[in-house]
Amino acid sequence: MTDNLQLNAEGKLKHFLTIEGLSKPLLTEILDTAESFVGVSDHQIKKVPLLRGKTIVNLFFENSTRTRTTFELAAKRLSADVLSMSIATSSTSKGESLLDTIRNLESMFVDMFVVRHAISGAAHFIAQHTAPHISVINAGDGQHAHPTQAMLDMFTIRQIKKDFAPLRVAIIGDILHSRVARSQIQALNTLGAAEVRVIAPKTLLPAYVETLGVTVSHSLSEGLQDIDVVIMLRLQKERMTSALLPSESEYFKCFGLTEGKLKIAKPDAIVMHPGPINRGVEIESKVADGPQSVILKQVSNGIAVRMAIMSMAMQPQGAF
Amino acid sequence: MRHIHIKQGRIIDPANDIDRIGSIYISDGKIASVTEAPAGFNADTVIDASNQIVCPGFIDLSVRLREPGQSRKATFKSETQAAASAGVTTMCLQPDTKPVIDTPAVAELIKELAQKANYPQVYPIAALTQKLEGNELSSMLALKETGCIAVSNANQPIRNLLILRRAMEYAASHDLLLIFRPNDYWLGNNGCAHEGAVATRYGLPSIPDAAETIALDQCLELAELTRCRVHFGQISCKRSVIKIHQANKYGLAVSADVAIHQLHLTENDIRPFDSAYHVLPPLRTEADKQYLRQGLASGTISSICSDHQPHDIDAKLGAFPETEPGISSLETLLPLMLKLVSQHAITLAQGIAALSEQPARILKLPSGALTPGFPADVCVFDPELSWQVNAENWRSKGTNTPYWHRTLKGRVTHTLQAGKPIFCLQ
Repeated sequence: MTDNLQLNAEGKLKHFLTIEGLSKPLLTEILDTAESFVGVSDHQIKKVPLLRGKTIVNLFFENSTRTRTTFELAAKRLSADVLSMSIATSSTSKGESLLDTIRNLESMFVDMFVVRHAISGAAHFIAQHTAPHISVINAGDGQHAHPTQAMLDMFTIRQIKKDFAPLRVAIIGDILHSRVARSQIQALNTLGAAEVRVIAPKTLLPAYVETLGVTVSHSLSEGLQDIDVVIMLRLQKERMTSALLPSESEYFKCFGLTEGKLKIAKPDAIVMHPGPINRGVEIESKVADGPQSVILKQVSNGIAVRMAIMSMAMQPQGAF
Repeated sequence: MRHIHIKQGRIIDPANDIDRIGSIYISDGKIASVTEAPAGFNADTVIDASNQIVCPGFIDLSVRLREPGQSRKATFKSETQAAASAGVTTMCLQPDTKPVIDTPAVAELIKELAQKANYPQVYPIAALTQKLEGNELSSMLALKETGCIAVSNANQPIRNLLILRRAMEYAASHDLLLIFRPNDYWLGNNGCAHEGAVATRYGLPSIPDAAETIALDQCLELAELTRCRVHFGQISCKRSVIKIHQANKYGLAVSADVAIHQLHLTENDIRPFDSAYHVLPPLRTEADKQYLRQGLASGTISSICSDHQPHDIDAKLGAFPETEPGISSLETLLPLMLKLVSQHAITLAQGIAALSEQPARILKLPSGALTPGFPADVCVFDPELSWQVNAENWRSKGTNTPYWHRTLKGRVTHTLQAGKPIFCLQ
């Protein structure tokens, strides 16, 4: 089985698990569809009836407030019935119980699972084993992928910059542990950005990172030159205790985005962050709340983009 | 006692440098002759081996039969039948059973299980340290006296080098072979895939090849220091081959084996998240695979093992990192060895030697050859016979193989263990 697992026989979206293997026209279609949903949230009645009568289950095996909320809102605005479940999971819980959870919910006539899980490959696994009429949306699996986050970032970039072709994009911080970064890199490369640059110390870069289609810099002041889009990643506090970094202050000194550092990038560069922000660790407040920041725009775009992906994955899948 | 005549087969016996069409005569469980019929030989069984290859039975340096402790995965009965059908006449059982093979009682139990399964040639490998925890030495001498053929800490790294040193000294005092799978605990980092482009793309916890080569280096140094006999099990990367080659060149007699799947599969096969390819050590790069093949051809790696690890379905049903590693590999051992020959990586004689003569030499067993007087462990196989890996043809209880539903070439037709037919293809 290949990543075409995501597409049905007509090449339409069936599951949304990873950006890998999806074509530029399909990603563009997602962005265009999202565009049409942007207005919905401004209406007095913030709903369209596209998924009326459908049941969507948000299965969050890992905590998340923002992603879960935007998925829930997106589903509600599409008029679907939504059930959100937070399932505490221990590292010892195995595939059997994951599969059993899925099987149990399946028998309640669910149409779509939105899954977040701490293990890479969990969404693929569910998509491979769930009933054929059910769609699976990956809301983040381990360190593998977070494709809806990447698409809302692409949407935000396109809103402001219009065209991907001339763009040089820098992704800064903990690439190693970031599913967001992996999906962003794939999306930017598929959409044809001129350059994707990752900026981090070696301890926060995966081995052979250049095989992902990026250029590499270990210095923020060098790496920010000619950059149109600056994407900051969240730095987990536990990275200090696992000998990946000496201290927060040294990290901030080297890789924290300040007003001064941002001046090295192009003057019209935008600053993005998938959130939640660690102020004073990877980004200073002046930048996060400053004129070049589009961080809150990302959040509101999250609803439209997720509406687009959910409605596309649940479009009538041929005649039965 | 039975007299068996295997006639008109192509006899390949690398230990005796034989490759010719001819007959083998077996009496009283032993090879009687590989030339003329002994005086007064009256065969009560004749096996026609025309267009087939007759060779020593295979000796597998690393298997798990899942008993005692995990009979839901597999049993001695199911796995010894799988072994017999694969031409394997001798197996070395890794000590990570439940309980661990760290007391003579467990070793006795294993011998009993083997007898009950009518497959007596299962040799337990004794745990090097108690419970494989790497803290205290096991009762190696008592274990040896119960029939353990070597000592090993299986897949559990020994973190404290002083303990490894002591264990090696003690093993050397009793002329015990250490089978060592090099894997540094810290660098291994609980990974599940090779640290390379694929693990990076899929965000999988990864194991660098340095986790293997650093542990291998340390063990080589300790072999020099302690004079313990060392065999490296399931080598997986290029630099390990180089290091073993260098050690041999400078007079340190260490040997090595490779698991058959490492000679055919690479990290690229695991995508996306196919748990059938989850093995330890992980599948590495194409360059590593080529180097392992060259190492085998040049003799730096002398043996091939199956590294047979049958699993129940649930063990492989989950997100990739959460599944259990290992392949049920006894029954694909011969066809995959033959594939190496057809791809010109090794000669047929080398392939057979790597499965018989060489492991026998490492274990100092009087087998692995068709020498008159040796136990008649014999495998007869049809190198051209194609078969599909499916439930009908499969005997192991573990169906966890990446080759499921594939068609492979080469199939065993007869297996004799100490002169006793233990398998005949219907």
